[in-house]
Amino acid sequence: MTSRNVLLIFKSSIMYKPRIYRLSKDYDLVFNILEAKILPRREGRILLELQGEEDQIERGLQFLEEGGVVIEYLADKILREEDRCVHCGECTGLCPTAALSVVRPRMEVVFDVNKCVACGMCGLACPYGAMTDIKLFDPFAEGRTAGTNP
Amino acid sequence: MSEFRVNKTVAEINAKIKQGNAVVVTAEEMIGIVRESGAVKAAQKVDVVTTGTFGIMCSSGAFLNFGHTKPRMRASKVFINRVEAYAGIAAVDCYIGATQPRDDDPLNKVFPGRFRYGGGHVIEDLVAGKQVHLETTSYGTDCYPLRSYEAMVTLKDLPNAILLNPRNCYQNYNCAVNLSKKTIYTYMGILRPECANANYSTSGQLSPLLNDPFYRTIGIGTRIFLGGGIGYVIGPGTQHNPRVPRSENGVVMGGAGTLAVMGDLKGMSSSFLRGASMTGYGCSLSVGVGVPIPILDEEMARFTGVSDDQIQVPVVDYGFDYPEAKGGPLGYVTYGQLKTGEIEFDGRAVSTAPMSSYSKALEIAETLKSWIQSGQFLLGEAQETLPSVPFAGFPAKG
Repeated sequence: MTSRNVLLIFKSSIMYKPRIYRLSKDYDLVFNILEAKILPRREGRILLELQGEEDQIERGLQFLEEGGVVIEYLADKILREEDRCVHCGECTGLCPTAALSVVRPRMEVVFDVNKCVACGMCGLACPYGAMTDIKLFDPFAEGRTAGTNP
Repeated sequence: MSEFRVNKTVAEINAKIKQGNAVVVTAEEMIGIVRESGAVKAAQKVDVVTTGTFGIMCSSGAFLNFGHTKPRMRASKVFINRVEAYAGIAAVDCYIGATQPRDDDPLNKVFPGRFRYGGGHVIEDLVAGKQVHLETTSYGTDCYPLRSYEAMVTLKDLPNAILLNPRNCYQNYNCAVNLSKKTIYTYMGILRPECANANYSTSGQLSPLLNDPFYRTIGIGTRIFLGGGIGYVIGPGTQHNPRVPRSENGVVMGGAGTLAVMGDLKGMSSSFLRGASMTGYGCSLSVGVGVPIPILDEEMARFTGVSDDQIQVPVVDYGFDYPEAKGGPLGYVTYGQLKTGEIEFDGRAVSTAPMSSYSKALEIAETLKSWIQSGQFLLGEAQETLPSVPFAGFPAKG
């Protein structure tokens, strides 16, 4: 069993077709909706945690892509600028998934991107601009995939 | 006759440093030494304990002299990278304060503001060797006719650049919580409603003034690690207040003593001077400070042997009490508890996060230790110590 966090973007042409239930039915994946936003008739975005066998996750994602869903991996989008981080630990009190955590006794901050759900709290909290300031749910933000509008 | 069994002077310790045989340990290492061999043996063995802290210290800034222009100018307004520096001093002198935002910063107009660049960032950029944009205007005088001047400059181009911080190194500080019903954005970070999280500051057992709680060895002239270079304590910081409640070991149970410090910016490093932006609050500067503490006698050994679980921190509500300047601490916790990542408050677990970097503080204490061991850094004897209060002595058993 493994787990992966993905951002699914449903463009208007496909956004009213049911798809996600097939991940569970056909690919035996456990899905956990971390965050979702639907702009009626324009776009839907879902932040999904997928749990299952590695190859089943791959096949499930392939199924979605074939159906026109744009998939973005959070691990590619969130970054810590190592030379900006001073290891204060302020972000760790707000991180909802403990993707950012303190290693004792030296109290250094480690970032496990695989646990990250891109909530953006660390970007807001970090005084040093070390965490990518990301807005996954703003359709005009950097995460929007160009050239796929119908 | 002295009341102590071990008696050393700063001059004797400096002689040992010069010979290369002074025993120097960090405040973290000292805890175990005092615990294992007792205060007297520890004082006989150890000569200097090094401390460190790295965190946002708002009362900071730098005096900059940008050199005389041709023709001459008496600058009355100075901007560096669009951040205003105070120019109400001599012709080409100014003071860039850490919390000054950019002239065109939207501040909190769209709440919470981000305050991405300010005086602290200018200081960081200068120390990092980056070019900054200097822009000055004047009303013109007979002896200083030039009315405006603009240039790209680096730290090397400035004849003088002196970090001078009126208040750094708070001896102890609050643990901040928010008992209100909405998220608040404070200088103690983002605090979620109904006490969902708690933020604390200072490096606890490594913190300079927590290792010399009555300021017996720290005062005007104490040579210190400042921003990666060498600096000096130049007096008590603003709001220095020794008269706060203390626990039996003499350690203050809240913000108390502070230090005013200065040092040549040209010897410093951007690893230990960092611009900081606090969402919804403002911009500032994070400063790294390390103070060496001479172990003159067994009392100093015992003071420097203090550990996180012996230092009490007041829990303060920033949702209502702090802004209204009302009420007192909601209770006390120790750094030992805070550093586990969770404290118990009102019968439930509250997650905690530090605001100051313990790992940087440790790096500072270790760096200072190596400087002293190498013989290149001698202790500066305080010409006058900071205002203090009498210490009744340690409890008979303890």
